[in-house]
Amino acid sequence: MIEGALWRRWVFYNIPLILFVFVLLFPFYWMIVTTFRPDGELYLPWNAPNYMPFWTNNPTFEHILYLFEETNFARWMLNTMFIALVSTVISLFCGVLAGYALARLNFPYAGGMGTAIFITYLVPQTLLFIPLAEIIRNFQLGDTPWALILTYPTFLIPFCTWLMMGYFKAIPKELEECARIDGASRWKAMVYIIIPVAVPGILSSGIIAFTLSWNEFIYALVFLSSPDQKTVPVGVTSELIRGDVFFWGPLMAGALLGSIPVAIVYSFFVEHYVAGLTGSVKG
Amino acid sequence: MAEVSLHKLNKKFDTTHVVKDVDLQIRDKEFMVFVGPSGCGKTTTLRMIAGLEAITTGEIRIDDRVVNEVPPMDRDIAMVFQNYALYPHMSVASNLAFGLKMRKFEKAEIEKRINNAASILGIESLLQRKPRQLSGGQRQRVALGRAIVRDPKVFLFDEPLSNLDAKLRVQMRVELKKLHERLAVTSVYVTHDQVEAMTLGDRVVVMKDGVVQQVGEPLELYNTPANRFVAGFIGSPAMNFADVTLVENGGKPVAEAPGLRIGVPGELATRARAKIGRKATLGIRPEDIHLATAADAPEYCFEAVVEVVEQLGSEILLDMRVGSAVMVASVEPTLRVRAHDKLKLALKPERLHLFDAESEASI
Repeated sequence: MIEGALWRRWVFYNIPLILFVFVLLFPFYWMIVTTFRPDGELYLPWNAPNYMPFWTNNPTFEHILYLFEETNFARWMLNTMFIALVSTVISLFCGVLAGYALARLNFPYAGGMGTAIFITYLVPQTLLFIPLAEIIRNFQLGDTPWALILTYPTFLIPFCTWLMMGYFKAIPKELEECARIDGASRWKAMVYIIIPVAVPGILSSGIIAFTLSWNEFIYALVFLSSPDQKTVPVGVTSELIRGDVFFWGPLMAGALLGSIPVAIVYSFFVEHYVAGLTGSVKG
Repeated sequence: MAEVSLHKLNKKFDTTHVVKDVDLQIRDKEFMVFVGPSGCGKTTTLRMIAGLEAITTGEIRIDDRVVNEVPPMDRDIAMVFQNYALYPHMSVASNLAFGLKMRKFEKAEIEKRINNAASILGIESLLQRKPRQLSGGQRQRVALGRAIVRDPKVFLFDEPLSNLDAKLRVQMRVELKKLHERLAVTSVYVTHDQVEAMTLGDRVVVMKDGVVQQVGEPLELYNTPANRFVAGFIGSPAMNFADVTLVENGGKPVAEAPGLRIGVPGELATRARAKIGRKATLGIRPEDIHLATAADAPEYCFEAVVEVVEQLGSEILLDMRVGSAVMVASVEPTLRVRAHDKLKLALKPERLHLFDAESEASI
């Protein structure tokens, strides 16, 4: 909290905070309003006499119904969920083990290897999809969920490894040494002591990995083609934008429904998540 | 029954040589304290005994078994860490049980041992709490309990009291001593606090720069320090030192410095005679200096100017200038003395120490 006069608190704290929250939440609000706005209102010109951009008096579910009846939206949700979950689990498994190894096992070039892993995360996906497309084609994985489940870890594992490495380094090494004197092997010390203590870190990398794969666009666009294989981001944009016609209502309804699972995941683990990112381990 | 012996123990980290040729026999049931300034290699030595640090060269035996390559879990030791290292996600009871579970003890036996350790340490009421709900002193007890339940051959302590506040530290020190008397387990204790070393140790190892300076019972270190470092490290307030030259006066060796002329008594004189004409360091503890009376021989008397008077209640510490040297004396609390007073003081001749100026070894 900022100390001092009332005006200081407003100028340096309240007003910037309100502006910030407004900027963050307004697109979301716009999405909700558009979802429930009937087509007749949506395509009204801005200078029409009854133009009401921020509110609607005739809310409708027609766009949401359209999504489920006229498109494969339910299928896309399932696809996205499946792909995001499996690739998150794979990435977490590898990331936790690799992060532990890089943080705790003193092997030659551990530092260099850590940096190398991080650098792979920096290669933009917009470049990487070209060679990956070739690999996917050679393995005949195109247009299957496995095309994404196996490619998402290429950027999720470096990310999870890096985050977990930092988290493991913050755990006092005495905990593990004590466990090993107490009779645990290195593996048991990791399973019974280090991993339970690292749960906040594991949860936060899991949540971020899940969000990244849920929202991923380029690989999904390139590797999937048939409508019933698509993920939400690709399905919504490819089926609801036809040429230069934007079906704003269903488009926004799709975006809204597509963001709900991620919001639920975040709100469930928000406490652990914050602890994970700030890395607070108390002995 | 457990003896620990270190034989020509060395540890190098890359290019720094942190433990040099340490030879030590720790007897069964002995409480051995390693003391020294930070970075002297005492903790590294302890960690090598624990098996947490690889040994560069040399040998460690527990009883007659060489344990160089034995992993920590198989050495039958327990260790108490400076930051307690309690498992934060487990209750106190689970913390105590962990080592036993790992060793596949029967449930009933685990329970019995936990209750026994808890009653020894007075933590019965805390068993269901998590470590974060405990105070510093309580955490310390739990950490001790975790070592006790294991009933190991050797206890290792790595500065276990240094995270406690001063009052609690004194209290836990007494408890540790009682605990050792009760359990009679061979213990190795690392500290940088010479008071802890003196009060706890059956014997004390003083280390500096990876080298053992002296091993002995606390009073032995206090009365007959092997060199200047041990003399200055053990005892509080620290021993006074003055650079002197050994000269001969009427057939007797005398330690001489500007403003200071002290006769070298008895046996020390015999040893000092060989060093006549050489530089040396005179050492005298503050508590061995007193106001000169008629009973004091003039060759053990000197004059000093008081610079600061520290009234401690039970004693007065006088910071004084003696010639070119600065000395501290501990005198009777009833003495009326003020800064800038000139005093005539005397030292107890049998408590005088002399150290070689070059090797710093005791003469």
